[in-house]
Amino acid sequence: MTKNLRVKSSEYIDETNRISFKFNGKTYHGFKGDTLASALLANDVHLVGRSFKYHRPRGIMTSGSEEPNAIVQVNPGTNRTEPNVRATEVEIYEGLEASSQNCWPSVEFDIGGINNFLSPFFPAGFYYKTFMWPASFWEKYEFFIRHSAGLGKSPTSNDPDIYDHRNIHCDVLVVGAGISGILAAKNAAKNNFKTLLVDEKNELGGSTIFENNKFNKIDNKTPSEWLKKEIEELKNIKNLEIKTRTSVAAYHQYNYLLARENLTDHLEAKDKTNKIRQRLLKIRAKKVILATGALERPLIFNNNDRPGIMLSSAIKKYSEFYGVACGSKNVFFTNNDSAYESALSLYNKGINVEAIIDIREQSESKIVKKVKEAGIKVYWSHTIVDTAGYKRLNGISIMKLSNDGTSVTGSKISISCDCLGVAGGWTPAVHLYTQSGSKLKFDEEKQIFLPNQNTSQQISVGSCGGDFKIDEIIKNLNQKLKDNLNIKETDLDNIKVEIDQENSKRNIWLLPSDKPLGKTKPFVDYQNDATAKDIKLALREGFRSIEHVKRYTTTGMGTDQGKLGNMHALGIIADTAGVKMGELGTTTFRPPYTPLTFGTIVGRNVGKFFDIFRRTPINDWHVENKAEFENVGQWKRAWYYPINGETMHQAVQRESKAARESAGILDASTLGKIDIQGSDASEFLNRVYTNAWSKLAVGKCRYGLMLNEDGMVYDDGVTTRLGENHYIMTTTTGGAANVLGKLEDYLQTEWPELDVYLTSVTDHYATASLCGPNSKNILKKIIPDLDLSDENFPHMSFKEAHIGNIQCRIMRISFTGEHSYEINVQASYGKDLWEKCIEAGKEFNITPYGTETMHLLRAEKGFIIVGQDTDGTMTPIDLQMDWIVSKKKYDFIGKRSLYRSDTMREDRKQLVGLLTDDPNIVLEEGAQIVSELNQSPVEMLGHVTSSYFSPNLKKSIALAVVRGGKDMMGKKLFVPMENKNINVTVANPVFYDEKNERLNA
Amino acid sequence: MFLINCPYCGERDQQEFKAGGEAHIERPKQPTELSDDEWAEYLFMRKNIKGIQFERWNHVHGCRKWFNMVRDTSNDEIKAIYKMGEKPPA
Ligand SMILES: [Zn+2]
Repeated sequence: MTKNLRVKSSEYIDETNRISFKFNGKTYHGFKGDTLASALLANDVHLVGRSFKYHRPRGIMTSGSEEPNAIVQVNPGTNRTEPNVRATEVEIYEGLEASSQNCWPSVEFDIGGINNFLSPFFPAGFYYKTFMWPASFWEKYEFFIRHSAGLGKSPTSNDPDIYDHRNIHCDVLVVGAGISGILAAKNAAKNNFKTLLVDEKNELGGSTIFENNKFNKIDNKTPSEWLKKEIEELKNIKNLEIKTRTSVAAYHQYNYLLARENLTDHLEAKDKTNKIRQRLLKIRAKKVILATGALERPLIFNNNDRPGIMLSSAIKKYSEFYGVACGSKNVFFTNNDSAYESALSLYNKGINVEAIIDIREQSESKIVKKVKEAGIKVYWSHTIVDTAGYKRLNGISIMKLSNDGTSVTGSKISISCDCLGVAGGWTPAVHLYTQSGSKLKFDEEKQIFLPNQNTSQQISVGSCGGDFKIDEIIKNLNQKLKDNLNIKETDLDNIKVEIDQENSKRNIWLLPSDKPLGKTKPFVDYQNDATAKDIKLALREGFRSIEHVKRYTTTGMGTDQGKLGNMHALGIIADTAGVKMGELGTTTFRPPYTPLTFGTIVGRNVGKFFDIFRRTPINDWHVENKAEFENVGQWKRAWYYPINGETMHQAVQRESKAARESAGILDASTLGKIDIQGSDASEFLNRVYTNAWSKLAVGKCRYGLMLNEDGMVYDDGVTTRLGENHYIMTTTTGGAANVLGKLEDYLQTEWPELDVYLTSVTDHYATASLCGPNSKNILKKIIPDLDLSDENFPHMSFKEAHIGNIQCRIMRISFTGEHSYEINVQASYGKDLWEKCIEAGKEFNITPYGTETMHLLRAEKGFIIVGQDTDGTMTPIDLQMDWIVSKKKYDFIGKRSLYRSDTMREDRKQLVGLLTDDPNIVLEEGAQIVSELNQSPVEMLGHVTSSYFSPNLKKSIALAVVRGGKDMMGKKLFVPMENKNINVTVANPVFYDEKNERLNA
Repeated sequence: MFLINCPYCGERDQQEFKAGGEAHIERPKQPTELSDDEWAEYLFMRKNIKGIQFERWNHVHGCRKWFNMVRDTSNDEIKAIYKMGEKPPA
């Protein structure tokens, strides 16, 4: 039978709004305002999961995002399922389902629990040590490890939700809406700073909002009443934007922060659709005020992880905020006064508190007296040496602590209880602070790391800055606001605070037991099952750096990043190694502070927006005519046009033959085009290309090769002189942006004296490349009044013409070796031009061809493709293109490097043609080339860069780079493949029409 | 993520910029006069120091202008930004 532990109505819980939800298949009820954790606790459910390594039963430990144990799978089996969600952060709604993770077959009976009894065999580094040998066994080990590990299941179907990104610029960002954050935001906004206040919870006010004890007063009100009034006033303040359910995940340099705003996770399924689920806020703030609060520390003692053992502050929050008693027989274990506040809170609500175990010798504060007056037994100088209860705590044993705190004495006392609140003091939440690059320093007196030097425009206020008492918080906040925002008056100047808080504390990182350490289980990292034993073992084995100990023991490496236990790990290391905490430093806190969904990270960049692509103006025609496409850079280019179920090979053979026999047409719109103007344009081209440009006449085209300063081929293309001071350069499709960038770089930084202007016009033009012996006849039909004679319009020249009203630029240039024209029109006329060509070409069997045929045709001519036949290590000399390197020019980019001892070596890899002895065998691109078959190790001479079956030559042809290949003409080499050795002969790379007679055919 | 004050556009996110390596390495005016070693010095040798470093940056997704930056590589603090051709701050 489930108990109802709802003790008293709370203003944050709407008891008129009853909600049913399922946990591990069983239906429970809670109220609007509950988290999954508070609703389960109200139903007396503590056991919610199993630990990672030992599969020990684990319960809800905290009430916030630092939760290490209560990690659940939300809505399992649906397309909205999400693993690794903290039950303490899930707001319940009608129809919510959740289940435990890391257990099989169920959380009540978990087979992996056997690891717990085998645990002496699972010390730190167990996996590293055990599964190393023999290496071939790793696959088998991996199978078992993967099946017994695993935290939750990722969804298998598409995410139905929408995610979004938003940029926010503000003067002041306040992170955390506890008392410090609210006061900081209010005063910043009132002083005309554009302010953004964010908090991960759905309610403002942090822990002060339920601070109802009678000892502290602000302006004669309880802190809770006073803060509610302040929050009410926020509504009327301009310049202030408040975002709740918004968790800052990362704090980068220059005050750039990423936050996740949760918009629909708390809604019923029917209200989630067509809404943005989560939004990633990219915040750039002039000032950041961190008011992230502090996290309560647990205490490290034997078997400190049973369901029912919780943070003392969480018990208080469940009681005060949610109106839930976490147990009916409660005990607290503490080293400071915090536990007394929690005990009193329970007492005031009529919940039974059995005892308080305090490791201190004494405390005389008012609250301690009040607890004693209430009749609650306090055991001073005592520690818990063991706990009992497998799936739920049912008792503790305590003993007297020795004076130095390292051992226990006297007789054991057993106390029966079902809930234990532990209070080990408070750790400032400095995670975001350190992410920003700012440095911490250790405060020996308070035993905490505190913000020290700030590297950005930021301040840490409230408990994350080390102030724990309300009077200190308000006083120091006031001063920091005035200094940092440069303001004279705030409404904090006249606040009257009466408090009675004591900070007395006795810090012992690892509490002793009557058993030796080796026989105990004092957990430091609950999620990853790292114990104090493991940390000591790591130190014995020689690990010293905190970063190494962390990785070896996996302490702090769970999804909670060890928010609870990291300080204890450091403390135990410091104590054991005999060094000071401050000298040890901390491990790095990395973003995100709490896990982010992939959806939030990618935002709208999903589906077709995942990777941006570009389409040519002629694209629709290719689609209508059933082209297959290939990606070239960001472009979608027509690859080949299969007809009647042709394979790619069949289509390419047909297209290649047609282009040489009659006419072919290629969409060349993707080639990069750079418009170059200015009185020094010719001189500029002289400097960036290897060949000479000064004498190129207006209306003429020239092929150019561009090198890097290291002498290696970078890009190539044809440039046309449109006017005296006006050129249009074409680049490779993939290289366009980089070429423009490189040219701009030289113009701006090395040659600012040159009068040259560059404009990218790639997208402005559509280009149809018409080729083949009938290309001239087709063009004549389209533009009858243009004189296409070789005298008027020879190869490598340019004409401007009109097709109807459409102005076009026509270059007679060729990448196939055939008589050929590249017709450029404004992009919007591209498809129209293309269709005109197709229509006019019908009688000549005009054949559209794609990139594959283009590659084949140019390979027949031995024309290189930069990036395919070159790889950043080829000079023009290596490519046997000496003819294009000007000997007369004094300088051009890369010239000097062509005379370096290395680039002048005779045995560099050089471009050659390769012919297979069997003309039907087509070599594989990338295949290695050798001269000896029986050598060991065999010497690799080079590799095949381009390879095709040429339908025009009726044989296989290939281009290759071969060491010393220039002098190997006619030499027999081998291409060894998996099953055979292919015999090849080195040949001239120009396989077809060596004399270029077809250009004028 | 840096906030970079482009001398032509003002403060912009680092995403809009591209780093271009060490600054103030002038391309030799007469490369052919240089020995292999001298040319290699220009071509290959770059500093990579922890501390104050002079760098070239390009506002590639903005005005496309190159400029110089002085950056402390130990904490990524941008000490100064100045245009191409201007003298580095002392
Ligand atoms: Zn700019």
